[in-house]
Amino acid sequence: MITTPISPTGRTVSSLGADVATRFGSVITLSEGPGEDTLVVVKRASALPTLCKYLFWEAGCSFGGIVAEEQKDQWNLLYLFLLPGAGWIHLRLAFPVETRTLPSISAEVHAADWYEREAEDLFGLRFEGHPRLGDFILHDQVWQEDLAPMRLAFDPRQPRLERRPNQEWRPTLVVKDPGAFAMPVGPIYDGGLGESIHFLLETVGEDVIRAVPRLFYNYRAVEKLAEGKTVSSGILLAERFAAKSAFAHSLAYCQAVERAARINVPARATRLRVILCELERLRHHAGAIEGICQSTALSVSEAQAAIIEEELLRASCVFTGHRYLFGLNTPGGLRRDFDAESCSACLAAVNRAVEQLCRLEDRLRYTSSFLDRLEDVGVITPEAALDLDLVGPIGRASGLAKDLRAICPYASYQRFRFEVPCEMEGDGYARLRILFAETKQSASLIRQAIESLRPGEICAEAIDSVTGSALGWVEAPLGTALHYVKFGEGGRIDRYRILPPSFRNWLGLHVAVEDFAFQDFPIILATFGLSATECDR
Amino acid sequence: MAFWFWHGLRNGVQSTRYPHTSESAAGVSPGHPLSTRFPSATDAARVAAACPVEAITAVDDLAQIEHKRCVYCQRCHFGGTERVHWDSSFEWTRPHSIRARYDPLPRDFSASLHIIVVDAGDCGACLNEVKQLNNPLYNMHRLGFFFTPTPRSADVLIVVGPVSENMRGPLLKTYEAMPNPKRVIAVGACAITGGVFERTFMSAGGVGSVLPVDLDVPGDPPPPLAILHGLLVVTGRKQPVPHGMLAAGALK
Repeated sequence: MITTPISPTGRTVSSLGADVATRFGSVITLSEGPGEDTLVVVKRASALPTLCKYLFWEAGCSFGGIVAEEQKDQWNLLYLFLLPGAGWIHLRLAFPVETRTLPSISAEVHAADWYEREAEDLFGLRFEGHPRLGDFILHDQVWQEDLAPMRLAFDPRQPRLERRPNQEWRPTLVVKDPGAFAMPVGPIYDGGLGESIHFLLETVGEDVIRAVPRLFYNYRAVEKLAEGKTVSSGILLAERFAAKSAFAHSLAYCQAVERAARINVPARATRLRVILCELERLRHHAGAIEGICQSTALSVSEAQAAIIEEELLRASCVFTGHRYLFGLNTPGGLRRDFDAESCSACLAAVNRAVEQLCRLEDRLRYTSSFLDRLEDVGVITPEAALDLDLVGPIGRASGLAKDLRAICPYASYQRFRFEVPCEMEGDGYARLRILFAETKQSASLIRQAIESLRPGEICAEAIDSVTGSALGWVEAPLGTALHYVKFGEGGRIDRYRILPPSFRNWLGLHVAVEDFAFQDFPIILATFGLSATECDR
Repeated sequence: MAFWFWHGLRNGVQSTRYPHTSESAAGVSPGHPLSTRFPSATDAARVAAACPVEAITAVDDLAQIEHKRCVYCQRCHFGGTERVHWDSSFEWTRPHSIRARYDPLPRDFSASLHIIVVDAGDCGACLNEVKQLNNPLYNMHRLGFFFTPTPRSADVLIVVGPVSENMRGPLLKTYEAMPNPKRVIAVGACAITGGVFERTFMSAGGVGSVLPVDLDVPGDPPPPLAILHGLLVVTGRKQPVPHGMLAAGALK
């Protein structure tokens, strides 16, 4: 097992900025962007694909996502890139609101594929050169293609909305061999205990030749709903759109607000945030391990993992008053403090859970029938992972040791020692090993953070009016979570953009599923452990 | 493989004894807020104004809580100087309709109930809590309750989430495919009123606007035992909490 984080290139953002300026000097200007990040203003749209290609493939940046925004008279698109170990670079492309066409970067940066499809569906932007725009978030059998609900003029609460569904819509099938057919799964499957997703598995018999996940059944327009809300109401949405990583998402939101308002969070709050983040990661991974055991029908291990998950849920409830850690974060710090006694009780519960997980791992390691189902199944090669810029445990199982806690620290992670587990095989078993290894790191982080706690304030002064915009980032249990918040008049939210890790990793699922047998499909799905609701938001 | 069998046995029975005895293990329920009397009407009004989802109304010195709206942000409990009472129980299933009494399923169903769950825009919390009923610690099979993958054999439909527009069709199809008699439970604040997702072009604002709902299990999310209480109410093995009773119960 490799345990070093992705080697920071040793470059600073400003030296990279200088490089970009020498190469692309005629088409860009450098300036300071939201939250003191480096901003590159792209003056000529046609240069965008080459610039993105340079940043991603040559400069070694990872891709964060696209933030589209409609302002009064112009479109404003931000392309986010992270230089590991250094910081964020925002590429900004602005063009008049009447022009709705811009070049697609998906051919150069494959990870951008879904972000462009999303912007096309929600804003009506046209990305020239993108091969398959259209039906995506708004399902065509429910909504017309030109709805564009994220545009400024659209009122999400209007009572009567004309609907022109396309009853003729059918999925595009690619496999044309004789005897080829498509096997539909979902959106309600597994007794309804699976999240709402539809899978179309194209096959000629035994093997899945092509798999297309159709998501967004749970799309609730969270980003649109947040517009016009105050800072303290916005957080309700941030923690309630994806409950399994609620604390991570609410933290990303709070950090974005804190950066925009330029306030410093008290040291005690940043350390408590580390404890809560790691508690959530531990509980999430226990649940994911249970899912993998369930998919292979190894009932005793499933039951044991389920007990560990429930005990961690109970420990969270005893510690914080909520089983899913809702209502704790607030911009500026935390809503409530924890005394030494409850911290040590929490640590005891965490240690017990990790000890049980270690024993479970030992037993699973010696169960050949279990390993047969995971080893060499659902392989994502390091090349494919890099190509799609996969994040989180899935990326780390394929040699992409990106972890924001190490390469772009937040809260007080820079104070603590931990390892970023990484594997090269990229199969189901590698993903399971990563989950187990991360639970041990989480427990160690919780112990270190509890030991480092000193009495003090837990919240900076109340934030009344915030202006400007900023990006907040967190390594959520499933990977990189970015929240971008822009404030308008009266400190109300103008644009709230959530870039969750699942959105990226769902794009990688088809690589893992293709050319495996049908009975491997649920297992591959479980080893991915992705969240649909986080992606649907 | 034999060692799994051995380890399974060695774990012993860990399931709760509820409903035969009460369950009081720490952390099984986050509890819920109760309507509370404050020293003055101003205090009650301040508590009501601090609620981000308008679930609290001040009637003189009484801060009255509407549980179906409450999203359990706990600001009325941990924030500020005035705090509402917090009850640690979990039996809070109530009829959906304020007027009609809940009519339980016939006795034949009491020890064999098949349940289908539909995730209609849920955030994952309620769904995970429903899933915990299969956890050995709750083990609902011992009560004769089973999840079924097909609506044709389901007696109870559990809906989580505010009913997103993309899920409206599949939800209705599921309901229509279920044989009579059938019951619908809305689990969680979102499924009852839409919660933080409100009523928009993408959210129906609760299952009630799409289907006839029988029982509500408030909470964000309700813990597994609250959902289990809901299933016991469906079959008539437990009584639902009448509307308004929890408010009166707090007036100590």
